[in-house]
Amino acid sequence: MKIKVWGCRGSLPTPGPENTIYGGNTSCIQVTHGETCIILDGGSGILRLGKYLNPNVKEIHVLFSHLHLDHTMGLGFFTPLYNPSIKVHFYGPSTSNEPLVNRLRRYFSPPLFPVRLSELPRHPIIHELNNCQFSIGEVQVNSEYVCHPGATLGYRLTAGNSVFAYISDHELQMGSSNFPNEPEWTNGYEIAKSADLLFHDAAYTSKEYMTKIGWGHSSVRDAIAFGKMCKVKRLALFHHEPTRSDEQLEQMLKKSTQNLKLDFEVELCAEGMVYELE
Amino acid sequence: MPSQPLELILARQFGDSLSMPCFLVDPDGNLLFYNEAAESIFGLRFGETGGMRVEEWATVFTPSDANGNALVPEDLPLVKTISTGNPAFGTFFINSLTGERIQITVSSFPIMGRSNRLLGSMAMFWKTKEI
Repeated sequence: MKIKVWGCRGSLPTPGPENTIYGGNTSCIQVTHGETCIILDGGSGILRLGKYLNPNVKEIHVLFSHLHLDHTMGLGFFTPLYNPSIKVHFYGPSTSNEPLVNRLRRYFSPPLFPVRLSELPRHPIIHELNNCQFSIGEVQVNSEYVCHPGATLGYRLTAGNSVFAYISDHELQMGSSNFPNEPEWTNGYEIAKSADLLFHDAAYTSKEYMTKIGWGHSSVRDAIAFGKMCKVKRLALFHHEPTRSDEQLEQMLKKSTQNLKLDFEVELCAEGMVYELE
Repeated sequence: MPSQPLELILARQFGDSLSMPCFLVDPDGNLLFYNEAAESIFGLRFGETGGMRVEEWATVFTPSDANGNALVPEDLPLVKTISTGNPAFGTFFINSLTGERIQITVSSFPIMGRSNRLLGSMAMFWKTKEI
């Protein structure tokens, strides 16, 4: 399973000279395994993904964690949607009342975007998900609701013995009891347990989090504690705050990991990074 | 042990932060959590008992009506909610584990998660009278 980062910034694209290392595009991850092409989220990073996509790809599966704008804003600029020879699937969280297709239509309609979903040359195939398990090619996908405002899913992708877990937006403290001591009562545990690689929300410092409780994001410290509890092998911190520069991100990681003895790797997710899971 | 669905975790968080007693059960009626306010009525600490099967918690407090006749589990509001998926309400007596006979009033409701999944039930109760 090959995982490529096309965007790991949270909330808002932040191009600029101060963000050249970790990038400014919002959430978009490409997972390829054999001929299977899976995309996690359609943030602004999906534009470049579409531009550099292998021309032999004829079927694409886009899994949305949720429909906040930073996870959908690139969709209208994803060129495969305008190529009728490519079949595109959209997967996203189910809610109790409004179908996923209706919620997606809000983006694909004026005044947000001039092209309607129904005007695309080939209508994407819509799949509503809740806590479930299914397969895309040889990749097994497990989805589970995670704690973030509005319906939001975490994904666990398994190919052979490799596991990649993706929880882009997640408030650990709010979605857990007695965190980080009880896996049974920690939201997202099933998605991340024993993963070879976990991408997890780490938007805030611990101090910042105290003023942003309920906003749906986690601190770096909490993300690391979660990774430890889940016994992941590698943790890549995700959803970088748009106001944070490369230098500030590195300082934040350094400060958050000092005096910690960890038996797994912790790093900052960076645009352009590629992970190969055997 | 598999982790609980988000909705039950949030329900526990909610119950844990209330000063009114509450019970949280899974779809089979197994007791997952009761809060500190409930501990003071039952004379039990959740940290010591942990969860309980429905047969256990529905009888351990010897629920009875005003005449002292024992109530079967099916007559309890929370058990009704579990079996029907509907809210239920009732007033009855229990014996706390400290020996008190207490009248309590219970309101219970199902926890329907996203995609209309029945994930469990929650009961709030009030101590209405002490004998």
